[in-house]
Amino acid sequence: MTTTDTGAGGLAPTTRKDWASDQEVRWCPGCGDYSILAAIQMLLPDLGARRENTVFLSGIGCAARFPYYMNTYGLHSIHGRAPAIATGLATTRPDLDVWVITGDGDALSIGGNHLIHALRRNVRMTILMFNNQIYGLTKGQYSPTSELAKVTKSTPFGSLDTPFNPISLALGAEATFVARTHDMDRQHMQETFRRAHDHDGAAFVEVYQNCNVFNDGAFEKITARDARAGMLIPLVHGEPLRFGAEREKGVVQRADGRLEIVDVADVGEDALLVHDERREDPGLAFALSRLSRGPLEPTPIGVFRCVERPEYGDAMARQVADAQERRGVGDLKALVRSGATWTVE
Amino acid sequence: MLHHRYTMTTTEHRDEHHRQLDRVVIRFAGDSGDGMQLTGDRFTASSALFGNDLSTFPDFPAEIRAPAGTLAGVSAFQVQISDHDILTPGDAPNVLVAMNPAALKANVGVLEKGATIVVNVDAFDERSLTKAGYAANPLTDGSLSAFALYEVPMTSMTQEVCKEAGVKPRDAERSKNFFALGLLSWLYNRPVDATVEWIQKRFADREMVREANTRAFRAGYHFGETAELFESTYEVQPAHFEPGEYTQVTGNQALAWGLIAASRLSGLPLFLGSYPITPASDILHELSRRKEFGVRTFQAEDEIAGIGSAIGAAFGGSLGVTTTSGPGVDLKSEALGLAVNLELPLVLVDIQRGGPSTGLPTKAEQADLLHAMYGRHGEAPLPIVAAKSPSHCFEAAIEAVRLAVKYRTPVILLSDGYLANGAEPWRLPDVDAFERIDPAFASGPNHVLDDGTEVFWPYVRDDATLARPWAPPGVPGLEHRIGGLEKADGSGNVSYDPANHEKMVRLRAAKVAGIVRDIPPVDVDDETGDAELLVLGWGSTYGAILAGVRRVRARGKRVAHAHLVHMHPFPANLGEVLARYRTVLVPEMNLGQLSRLVRAEYLVDARSMSKVQGVPFRAGEIEAAICSLLEDAR
Ligand SMILES: Cc1ncc(C[n+]2csc(CCOP(=O)(O)OP(=O)(O)O)c2C)c(N)n1
Ligand code: SF4
Ligand SMILES: [Mg+2]
Repeated sequence: MTTTDTGAGGLAPTTRKDWASDQEVRWCPGCGDYSILAAIQMLLPDLGARRENTVFLSGIGCAARFPYYMNTYGLHSIHGRAPAIATGLATTRPDLDVWVITGDGDALSIGGNHLIHALRRNVRMTILMFNNQIYGLTKGQYSPTSELAKVTKSTPFGSLDTPFNPISLALGAEATFVARTHDMDRQHMQETFRRAHDHDGAAFVEVYQNCNVFNDGAFEKITARDARAGMLIPLVHGEPLRFGAEREKGVVQRADGRLEIVDVADVGEDALLVHDERREDPGLAFALSRLSRGPLEPTPIGVFRCVERPEYGDAMARQVADAQERRGVGDLKALVRSGATWTVE
Repeated sequence: MLHHRYTMTTTEHRDEHHRQLDRVVIRFAGDSGDGMQLTGDRFTASSALFGNDLSTFPDFPAEIRAPAGTLAGVSAFQVQISDHDILTPGDAPNVLVAMNPAALKANVGVLEKGATIVVNVDAFDERSLTKAGYAANPLTDGSLSAFALYEVPMTSMTQEVCKEAGVKPRDAERSKNFFALGLLSWLYNRPVDATVEWIQKRFADREMVREANTRAFRAGYHFGETAELFESTYEVQPAHFEPGEYTQVTGNQALAWGLIAASRLSGLPLFLGSYPITPASDILHELSRRKEFGVRTFQAEDEIAGIGSAIGAAFGGSLGVTTTSGPGVDLKSEALGLAVNLELPLVLVDIQRGGPSTGLPTKAEQADLLHAMYGRHGEAPLPIVAAKSPSHCFEAAIEAVRLAVKYRTPVILLSDGYLANGAEPWRLPDVDAFERIDPAFASGPNHVLDDGTEVFWPYVRDDATLARPWAPPGVPGLEHRIGGLEKADGSGNVSYDPANHEKMVRLRAAKVAGIVRDIPPVDVDDETGDAELLVLGWGSTYGAILAGVRRVRARGKRVAHAHLVHMHPFPANLGEVLARYRTVLVPEMNLGQLSRLVRAEYLVDARSMSKVQGVPFRAGEIEAAICSLLEDAR
């Protein structure tokens, strides 16, 4: 339900309250999804976004309930298909801000195909994948991002499959914008979401999200307040890759291309790798995505890659406009006469 | 045995004989690589221009190139041309053009007694005969004695005329289908210039091919003229058509144009999300060429994304369409259920083919009717429209869009491989005369809360149609969330309330059932009004049933025919119509799906007549079935 516009739809600035729907939020108390929701609701006024031009689209899962809580246009669809649905919406309505909210199962298991194709086509949409490394809504089975040997209800003897690295996957799918953030740091989330939103094309953001009921603490080792400095490697464009409480650690690239974490004192600041998110070649971003094997080791966060490539919907619109320019706007009478015709008196 | 062999020593010139025919059925058959579809198409086009009524049946294998010379690789194109109104491509061909032994073997069984067979005698060598499974040469062993056999060295004569133009024999060989076309054009007095012009255009950028095809075509024509092989040529006079402007269309072409027309009539931009699949791909191809109509076509990563993107486009206020065939319909089922729940306009086009699974990809079947009716989990009814002839696909597409938009519902439009590829003359409709389709987008609040606040509720229904408002994003104040979860009546908020769920299930069903008030009653063709047997059909069997019915009447017997276009809901008068006849016969290319539906719905003892061979009914089969039932009734 929506109350009629009380100012948010006009051109007056909006506040967080304008973006919250009247529906009771039904995630488990303590779920990381709450902080992501808050980050978005607080960010949107800041982006100057308009409610009437904003659409939240999702598949199925805990994460996918998100649209119900936003006082915007919204579509809660079916498991895994949101990027496909968003493709139809975004290509026909370039005037809209299309956000896709998805989970690790939704995006990478049942919907893996749609995700990679939306990314390679570079359709204008902002995809936020809440990665809790578990199936939340179906009560705790392992997911395509769960660590190997994960014990869950469906894998009592440990899971057998190697997990996806979502950042590597997105890079491999020719994504033009790839980033990672986490639910414990509102400011970092907002900064990352803003960048993703401003990107002209498909933007993919992996959000480490705690499911305190079925996979509590999965990211604690790197996202806990006192752990962050030593375990999160901030990616800042044009800056050397440094981290640690005293910024005493850094990342270097070896002659064979391998990335390695070193003590800055040992190599000197000049030897550190300088982050370049705009490199055409995704190789270095890919190497960065492999730096940690999971959220238990020092892990890069921030924007891995942000490059320009023509947006799909625009290209589609251009073909239409070109055809209309070349042939004139279609004439139905001419269309049905496009083959040979004859007249019977 | 009528056995003619061409000799180059002919000198004498005989008077030309013309024989008038009221109709003729010609079947062009050859290897998949022989260009038989093109040959048939072109023969059809020149007949259309000449003014004949016609109906075609392209019949080709699923493999692009099955092993050359084998039965599996035979590709055929059947066309009936006539000087009067005809409805089918004909039961038994009067003429077979066989480019190789396999083509002869695969088709000789369907010919009428005494039919003419024209073979490319060059292709009847030992190897080809063996490949086709002939132990002895059928041209010489007497097995074709019931036919008028003409042996024409098409390959060598084509190579001969192309030699002068510097075309290598191997390349020239590929033009032999144009030799056959030329010969048949002479035999049936088809206009020549139009075809020559067409060759120039079609092969404009390939000089050698253009030259070879032109020479081969002319050589075939002159061969007919000068060789004393055929006693006479034949003429099929133009048919008497209602005055008007005509063109020739296939079902898929007409369907694509119908979608464009509906986009115009509604003012909704057309978005097609589709994944290639035979025999539906040509709709994707045709619409992709028509961008000047504002059409956006999206070749999705799979069928699910095809319908998903169409749903997204519909949410955004476009005319969302997805096209596919059986296997794709299976994949789309879940998303179709979502569209039922979202109550958004959407058209799913199913060009039926033989199933289950990959089945017979290039052959027609009508076995998806029950799938269209019931192929979703939960109570998920939706309207179904079925096209009955190639040109009718145009109107059927507009009707599907009309219902989808007016009732905010996905609609399934059924066609099949036979309609999709079959062609017939089409009297061009007055496109200005079609009724507009009003998208009637929501524009403001539609509900007042207890405290007096005016709000927009996405599931408030129109009293008459029970349709909900369509409110694409972009309008301040109409922000709303919809989804696949059950919604509270009116507000559209997620609701798990048991009574509300039953109410919503019933409302969705009532909305679709209510469409019955918005569709025409089924027409009954019962000439004398006192027939005791009704033939009830749907879809592509229309032509064969009507032709069969006419034959029965020509024997002085009475029979009625009704053909359904609206498969769900059924027209309001159908129950009463069925009750009027002692016997109801339902011919279908499945194991009795419509007959099952009408039996369940109206408790009538409908008799099912089934044919599931990937080929259409023949008029003769329908005629025989009717006659035998009439006999029984005695
Ligand atoms: C077609 C289909 N298959 C299975 C399900 C059941 N299902 C719902 S959510 C889900 C997994 C969700 O996991 P994830 O995407 O990680 O979201 P989370 O709940 O963890 O946020 C599954 C298997 C479904 N709704 N639809
Ligand atoms: S199950 Fe996990 S992810 Fe889902 S709402 Fe509860 S805490 Fe959050
Ligand atoms: Mg999950």
